[in-house]
Formats: sequence, structure tokens, C-alpha cells
Amino acid sequence: MSDNSNGNGGHSLRWLRRAVSVPYLWLLLFFLAPFLIILKISVAEPIVAQPPFTPLLEWGAAGFEGIRVTFSNFAFLFQDGYYGIIYLASLKMAAIGTLFCLLLGYPMAYYIARQPAQRRHLLLLAVILPFWISFLLRVYAWIGLLSNRGLINEFLLGIGLIDRPLPMLYNDFAVYLGIVYSYLPFMILPLYSNLERLNLDLLDAAADLGARRWQAFVDVTLPLSVPGIIGGCLLVFIPAVGEFTIPALLGGADTLMIGRVLWDEFFIARDWPVASAVSVVLLLLLIAPIMWFQRLQSREHEAGR
Amino acid sequence: MNEAKPSALVQVREVTKRFDGATAVDNVSLDILRGELFAILGSSGCGKTTLLRMLAGFEQPTSGRILIDGVDMTEVPPYERPVNLMFQSYALFPHMTVEQNVAYGLKKERVPGAQIRERVAEMLALVKLAPLAARKPDKLSGGEKQRVALARALVKRPKLLLLDEPLAALDKKLREHTQFELANLQYQLGTTFVVVTHDQDEAMTLASRIAVMAEGRIAQIGTPAEVYEYPANRYVAGFVGNINLIDGRVSGAANGRLTLRSDALDAELAVACDDPGAVNGEVCVAVRPEKITISRQPPEGADRNVVKGIVRDLGYFGDQSLYRVRTKSGAVVQVSAQNLRRSAKLVVEWDDEVYLSWDVGSTILLRS
Repeated sequence: MSDNSNGNGGHSLRWLRRAVSVPYLWLLLFFLAPFLIILKISVAEPIVAQPPFTPLLEWGAAGFEGIRVTFSNFAFLFQDGYYGIIYLASLKMAAIGTLFCLLLGYPMAYYIARQPAQRRHLLLLAVILPFWISFLLRVYAWIGLLSNRGLINEFLLGIGLIDRPLPMLYNDFAVYLGIVYSYLPFMILPLYSNLERLNLDLLDAAADLGARRWQAFVDVTLPLSVPGIIGGCLLVFIPAVGEFTIPALLGGADTLMIGRVLWDEFFIARDWPVASAVSVVLLLLLIAPIMWFQRLQSREHEAGR
Repeated sequence: MNEAKPSALVQVREVTKRFDGATAVDNVSLDILRGELFAILGSSGCGKTTLLRMLAGFEQPTSGRILIDGVDMTEVPPYERPVNLMFQSYALFPHMTVEQNVAYGLKKERVPGAQIRERVAEMLALVKLAPLAARKPDKLSGGEKQRVALARALVKRPKLLLLDEPLAALDKKLREHTQFELANLQYQLGTTFVVVTHDQDEAMTLASRIAVMAEGRIAQIGTPAEVYEYPANRYVAGFVGNINLIDGRVSGAANGRLTLRSDALDAELAVACDDPGAVNGEVCVAVRPEKITISRQPPEGADRNVVKGIVRDLGYFGDQSLYRVRTKSGAVVQVSAQNLRRSAKLVVEWDDEVYLSWDVGSTILLRS
């Protein structure tokens, strides 16, 4: 009897291990493997061939001849000030876009979280509804709104508020608008799930102890929503740094973002090694904040025990 | 407007609170005296929490006034009231240490830093939490959290401390211990406490006076003994402690006494009554299980109500025994008896034919 149950226990444990290993397998297949390929290309040299880079392992007539690795692509990135400027510009644009998302998303998430349950679901649905339409189309649609002969300018000209169209397209403003518009749901959802869990007794307790409503917000709601703020900011910031579609469609010639540079290196210059090096550096830049968030979360988790 | 009596700290005057048509508190008036430990007792949904939240300032009465220390507080927001509340959930700020939690109210009051440190330390010592000052709430046990919540509310030296089910979240053993600690603390500080609870034992042991609430109204206000021994109505009688409720018809009245006929018990019962002439028809009387004597022989002595029955159930608890005795017509009477004499053999056993008797003076007449 006991042997049997032991056997069952071992069986279910094996199953558990298998289930746990699925995410790792996923990461291995779809993250680590492509990353290693990119890493491999980034230490190769560009050649005119198919594929357009030198192989990592050299095979000659006598068989294996050695490993060929060059860091010249990375050196090139650091020597050429152009890339540094673009990285910084991308980080800046993503950071400002994230800030606007936060300033807009926080009140929205707060408002939704304080509604009665029925209304809350409806409002959340409204937040995620745009996902049902292709991202590309939605970004493209802004051109029709923002261009010199777009809806907004036509309307403002029509009512005589302006006598020249406002330059709203093909500049940084349009890119910020695109980022805020596209990524706002990614800010609202984690903030909402955090704010919705807030124990409202805490706000009553703060009021009872002498805090006005805004003080209770600053002292209680805001600090307790920090994990939501960080989560939302990372979800917006990380994809925004590497964003290609929005600057490509809405940005001007002077809007420099690393996503566009990547595209140009790959498809126009056909310099795969440099393009790979650009994306490796980008990844390293982005891993830092993720690791920081992970540490913060695990610390919070421990405190929660 | 009523003149403020010097002894009444809180005056609740004809307060009604309605939520979307439902009346949570219905025309309640009561006085809470300075320095007393007042309990508001009732089952869930009786309006006690709403009344408490109105005292704290989280809800505004639909009509009526609330005066604290003679000052009309009806419209005053919670952060300006000389009142603090200990929440049932304790509502400790999870991102602050014990010390920061306790200091929070003083900081909002803009008390100078040195004084804050002094008062917080004093308060933490009082509730025996000084060694845990640097901990976060999630590293505390239930009892410790309860004491932090208490310290946080008391450190502001409120005129009135409200406690919402203060012991409900504690396990039984800790609850009994904490109950006495709470009463001691109240005695030491002299602060007026108002405890809201659904637990009659808690109310009885803690409070100097109890208000029993039912359906948004005050059913009775009195000392624990008054509420227990002289319940004002059927609801209070049934809610506080165990009781046998007996319906009957008035059959006679004389010498400050009412006699009634109970078909359920198949007996004539007598009950003291100030104005026997004014009561007639259907009435209800009650008697507490511990007031009833159980015996196999017919009882002696005058002025006793006597009922015959058969023991159907017997619970032996060591110090006392509980009996459920069925009369011929099927009604069940609960009796509890102290086991005063040492004996391994029970005096009364299952299926024994017994006499139940109690003093006429122990019989409670319930008029409503």
C-alpha cells in the first residue's frame, strides 16, 4: 500500500519536474538559441557571400582549422560616436514616452480600479480592445490624423483656429504620440492589477490617523503601487527602446532610433555582423533594468513571507 | 438641542443612515460616558459597523447629530476628529515598520520629531512591542499585529477609541488573554473605548455597558448583568446567552404577580409583574438554564415554578452538566447544573423522569 503510494508520489513529482521545465525549454528554444546565433554573427566579419558573414568555425582541406572571432564590430560601435548618440537618443525617447504613459496611465488605472466590478470589466475591455486591430494599421492610421492635410489640421483650419497646418507628423512629437498610444495598455494593465488589490482599509486608516485624501495617496497608495509602476514602465520602456515601426512610419528624417539603424544595417548596408553587434549591445542595455526589477521583486516576495 | 451632560462624552442623537433605500441605522440615540468601555453588540448586518463608521467619520448620517465632548462632529471629516479607530483587519501599513506605523498619526499632526520618538517608544513599551519596532507588519504574528494597531490608534491620545471586532482575528486562547489586557489598558489610560462585536462573551467580559443592536435599532442598553438578567425583549433574551423561551396565555393576576398557562410545558407558571392588570392575552416568559434546578423528587419550597419531563440529552462537562428535558407535549427545556458534589455516578441519567423548578423571581417576563 505504502509502496504503491510512494510510486505514485514519484510519478507525480516527475510530472511536476517536466511541467516546470517547459518554460525553460521555451526560453532555450526561442530566446537563447536565437541570441546565440546573433552573438555568433556579431563576432564574424562581413563578406559578400550567402550568408554575408564569415563562419565561426573554419573548415579547410585538412578539416577543422580553428575558431574565428573578431570584436571589431563592437569596437566599431564604440569608436563611431554615431551609434552612441543613437543609443542615447533611443533610451531618451523611450524614457520620455514611458513617463508620459505613466502620467496618463496611472490616473486611468486608478479610476478603473475604483469602479464597481461590472464597470471595471467593461473599462478593461476598452483598454485592450485596440489589440484586435493590427498594430501596423493603428500606427498607420495616425498619419491620416496628423498629416498636414489630415483630419486634425483640416478641422483646425476649417474653424479658423490656425491659418497654417500644424507640423504634427514626421517629427519627434509624432513618435512620442505613437509610443504613448501604442503602449498605454501595457502601462495600465499592471498598474490596474496592483491598484485593484489595494486594501481600502489602509486609506481609511490613514484618514483616521489624520491624513487628508491627497496625503493618504502619497503616503499609502503611491508607495504600495511601486511594483505596478515598475512593471508597467518596464513593459513600455523595453519594447519602446527597440521600436522600429513607430519611428519608421511617424518619425522624421532626424528621428534617430536604434530600431531604424538595425533595419538599415541589415537590409540596406547588408552588414549583418554590425547589425548583430548593435542588437547584442541593445540587449545588454535592456537586461540591466530587468535584472534590477527581478531583484526588487524577489526581495518583495521574501518580505511577503 | 440637548445640553451636554458633563459625563457623556459621546451623544448620538436620532441618527439614521440609509444606503440606497436600505436603512442600516434607524433612529439611534445613545450616550457614551467618559472613561467607560462601551460595547455595541449585534449580529452581522445589524448596523453596528455603520454606527461605528459614523462615529469615526467615514460615513455621514442621513439625519441626526453626533456630538463628541459637546462639539457637533456630524460633518467633521475623520482626519479632524479626536477619535481613532482600530480596524478589524488592523489595516497596518505594510510598507512601514512597526515604529513608522505608530508614528504616522503623530507625523500627520505635525508633532515635533523628538516628541514623536518619545511617545512612540512609550506606546510600544506599553503594548510590549519595543523589541519589534523595526519589523514590518508581515513579520508579525496576529497578536502582535493587533497590538501595533492598538498602539497606532492610542498614540494620538484620542478622546474616544473605537475598536471594530478587536479580537475576532485572534485564536481562542490568545483572545481570552488579550481580552483582559485590553480591559486593563483601558483602565490604566482612562480613555473611552467603544468596542463593536458580534461576540456576546467578548462584550460581557470587556464592557461596562452594552448596547444590543438589531435591525438598525438599539434593542437594549445596560450593564452586562442587566442585559443578561433583565433582557428588555425577546430578541435580547435570545441573543445574549442561552435561554428557554416559553409562550403562554395569561390566566390570572394578583399581588404583583401574573400567572400564565403554558400548553407546551403543560404547566401553570408565575412571573413577577409590576402592573399585572395591564398584561393579558398571549405573553412570553423566559428562564435561563442555570436558574433551573433538576431533581428526581418533587421539589420543596414555595414560590417556584415546576415542570415535569424526561431527560432526552445529557452533556457532562466535568464542572457542569447540560440537560435537555422534554415535556409531555414535546417542548424541550435546557437546564445547566453545577456538579457541586464529587461523584462518579450521575444523579440524573438519560430517560429519567425529572422535575424542573425555578424561582418565580428568576422568571423573565418579555413584553415584546
